[in-house]
Amino acid sequence: MPDGGSTGIGASVKRKEDYRFLVGQGNYTDDINRPNQTYTYMLRSSSAHAKFSLDITKASEADGVVKIFVGTDMDVGSIPCGWQVDSKDGTPMREPAHPPIAKDKVRYVGEIIAVIIAETLEDAKNAAELIDVNYEDIPVIIDMQEALNNANGLVHDEIESNVCYDWEIGDSEAVDKAISEAAHITTLDVRNNRLIPNAMETRSAIGDYEHSTGQYTLYTTSQNPHVIRLLMGAFVLGLPEHKLRVIAPDVGGGFGSKIFHYAEESIVTWASNQIRRPVKWTSDRSEAFISDAHGRDHVTSVKLALDKDGKFLALKVDTLANMGAYLSTFASSVPTYLYATLLAGTYTTPAIHCNVKSIFTNTVPVDAYRGAGRPEATYLIERIVDKAAREMGISQVDIRRKNFIPVDAFPYQTPVALQYDSGNYNATLDAALKKADYDGFEARKAASAKKGMLRGIGFSTYLEACGIAPSAVVGSLGARAGLFECAEVRVHPTGSVTVFTGSHSHGQGHETTFAQLVSEKLGISTDMVEISHGDTNNIPFGMGTYGSRSLAVGGEAIVKAMDKVIAKAKKIAAHIMEASADDIELNNGNFEIAGTDKSMSLADISLAAYVPHNYPHEELEPGLDEKAFYDPLNFTYPGGCHICEVEINPNTGEVKVEGMTAVDDVGKVINPMIVEGQIHGGLAQGIGQALLENAAYDSNGQLLSGSYMDYAMPRADNFVDFKVGNEVTLCTHNSLGVKGCGEVGAIGSPPAVINAVVDALSELGVDDISMPATSEKVWSAINNAKNKN
Amino acid sequence: MEISVKINGKDIKADIKPNTLLSTFIREHLNLTGTHIGCDTSQCGACAIHLNGDAVKSCAILAAQADGSEITTIEGIASGDKLHPMQQAFHENHGLQCGYCTPGMVMSSIKLVENNPNISEDEIRKGLEGNICRCTGYHNIVKSIKQAASVMGG
Repeated sequence: MPDGGSTGIGASVKRKEDYRFLVGQGNYTDDINRPNQTYTYMLRSSSAHAKFSLDITKASEADGVVKIFVGTDMDVGSIPCGWQVDSKDGTPMREPAHPPIAKDKVRYVGEIIAVIIAETLEDAKNAAELIDVNYEDIPVIIDMQEALNNANGLVHDEIESNVCYDWEIGDSEAVDKAISEAAHITTLDVRNNRLIPNAMETRSAIGDYEHSTGQYTLYTTSQNPHVIRLLMGAFVLGLPEHKLRVIAPDVGGGFGSKIFHYAEESIVTWASNQIRRPVKWTSDRSEAFISDAHGRDHVTSVKLALDKDGKFLALKVDTLANMGAYLSTFASSVPTYLYATLLAGTYTTPAIHCNVKSIFTNTVPVDAYRGAGRPEATYLIERIVDKAAREMGISQVDIRRKNFIPVDAFPYQTPVALQYDSGNYNATLDAALKKADYDGFEARKAASAKKGMLRGIGFSTYLEACGIAPSAVVGSLGARAGLFECAEVRVHPTGSVTVFTGSHSHGQGHETTFAQLVSEKLGISTDMVEISHGDTNNIPFGMGTYGSRSLAVGGEAIVKAMDKVIAKAKKIAAHIMEASADDIELNNGNFEIAGTDKSMSLADISLAAYVPHNYPHEELEPGLDEKAFYDPLNFTYPGGCHICEVEINPNTGEVKVEGMTAVDDVGKVINPMIVEGQIHGGLAQGIGQALLENAAYDSNGQLLSGSYMDYAMPRADNFVDFKVGNEVTLCTHNSLGVKGCGEVGAIGSPPAVINAVVDALSELGVDDISMPATSEKVWSAINNAKNKN
Repeated sequence: MEISVKINGKDIKADIKPNTLLSTFIREHLNLTGTHIGCDTSQCGACAIHLNGDAVKSCAILAAQADGSEITTIEGIASGDKLHPMQQAFHENHGLQCGYCTPGMVMSSIKLVENNPNISEDEIRKGLEGNICRCTGYHNIVKSIKQAASVMGG
């Protein structure tokens, strides 16, 4: 039985939001149409690096065209970056200007060069064909190593280098010393492949300026409408918050890609005032490939020093991180504070040093994608641990156990800034070994071998930091925003409740999970609770949903607001029942005078609060509606063990995932069904990264994987039934004990998959394979190994 | 040009441009926005509908080609407030997260099961080749379809 009855904490309550989606009544941005609306088509650069000029004369006269804007028409601020990272010499990162519409130079294929607004989308597209663009091509900078040496010139002339920052963390002297004295050194070069988030709903935005009131409304596909209001209003368009409303209605998946403020949002908002009509833009998929921020794209060299028994002594990491052509909203934080601070993983490695050079190239901007920095850290740690174990003849399980942070070491201070609050890595490993039937692996391998197939098993005992906050910490690290969350809990006169939350749901099921928090705490059914999100006019404030923070930060804000509701309700109850507030206890939704049979329900109290005839007016205001801001003391630290089992056909190189087990510690689980669903989705994206997905550019800066015919999106038959379980250690610094589950699947799984592939191929002498491990790559590795032998 | 279709049981006549895609006709002309557009290469299946009893991707044919046909969209498969067994199964098995691919998934899956009432897990996974979901890892979608198949009389 769940703690709080059938709809409280711990119950797999079916989702409240499902019905509207299942009957086709979801309300996504492209489903919205405003009266007298126009349509816009963004003409995008087909050149990766060029000076350009364009002639819009003919296009402006085309049928249905309302207006065409070019870069010089839009005299507004630069699209901002939300996080300042300083180089190791103390200089701030290089931050080139980022105009919403390119003015005279383009820096990636997909950059907007003209905005065509017309009566219909077809008119706008037809007119775009009539725009004459002249490109004067400049050498294209794609390869990060070349960019680092400025070999092909600069992406931005106004800054003297293609290096955005040259940053470091950790004690390099201690690391070098440990390496020079170590019994064993393992080295590894890894590339964390560039990915395209591919939320199934493409981005869309409608700008709607109302001249009679001076009020702007932006409907947009965003994970954080208040953040967009702040970034766009304060930095780009110069609009104060009270005149700018941002609505993010139903949003069809985000995975990070809808955190950022994109040029199109500023453009439609600004243009709707210029033409005094609503302006609607919806990306098509081809456009999404070249305009949504990409993810990952690191090239890294790693060195792990071990003593003779396999105990880790030091880890040295050097990374080149691709920023793309401009700094997207949180781009700078991903390969630094969300990456290198995680390099201890689940291990007691005493000395760690990491240097990151982030590089501008003529590619789409790169920013957070599910996991953001943490998958990159996890990948290199779990890959090099695997390799070291192989080299030293230690089992994959033993080398991990030998180096785990023990349960009695928490809170554990890592050498790279973070302090972990809780975890039990042996527990998740043990449970995963059992669930994956590790003991039966050798028999399965033998059975595969009988069929002429290779079989391998791979581990990842990962850790991540999420619940992205606290403000004071992130502020000291360069964040230009706070990372708290806000909630308002409104008890209505007859006792039903609306929660206004700054978190945003785009698939995570907040309307159910948050309602369960209310059900648990206030003792009412989830049917009596509505969760409202996604509209800056309804919600007091919000920092939004990313970094698995909704429950750990947003949920905790709801709890704090409920605490205030309960405190006030007790006072009201005490007054009416003529008792002391200290004697009122809340049990199953009833406010009882301890030790008596006298009680009032929440509905009785709320009615008294809104019809305050018998009410302590001298002490309390009428109404029952409380707001709270919550800023946590620390990140949260989910972790766990993922085990992947693959079978490889040596004749074709085809890798088949035969088993995927994930045992995660995400802290207290509110809705197990939803948590498992989040983990399934994360695993699919992780396996997708390991085996299928890759954003590839040619040397001219053309995206080769620019459609679903070229970019291998995972399909249902790429997977088997996932085995998911959980072990719980509670987060020690929030009242719910929750950690976060949105990203663990994508963070933990890629190295488990690749370690499994390497394990299968190890008998041939293969000790590394890069992501994605496509059939072609695996086949080549097998044949190269055979030829060598 | 004028076309006539029966959509969700209702006879409709409409004047359209000959190059109008069926998906555009459904979304923009009929305002049935449950049919979604997730790509422009007919790969993702978010726009799947039933056309004369077959599941088809409505972005891949012209509205003009549907003249005289019978169409069902996601809005037309429940009986009043009672969900279709496939919709119900998606709800009970958490077969949807953001909901965007869901209408296409449900429409494709109904035909998958109708055409193969004793469908196996392998056949379900292969049968979903034309529908992309980015949220669920397909795990609970497969479970949903299995359950619906048993309810639908497999």
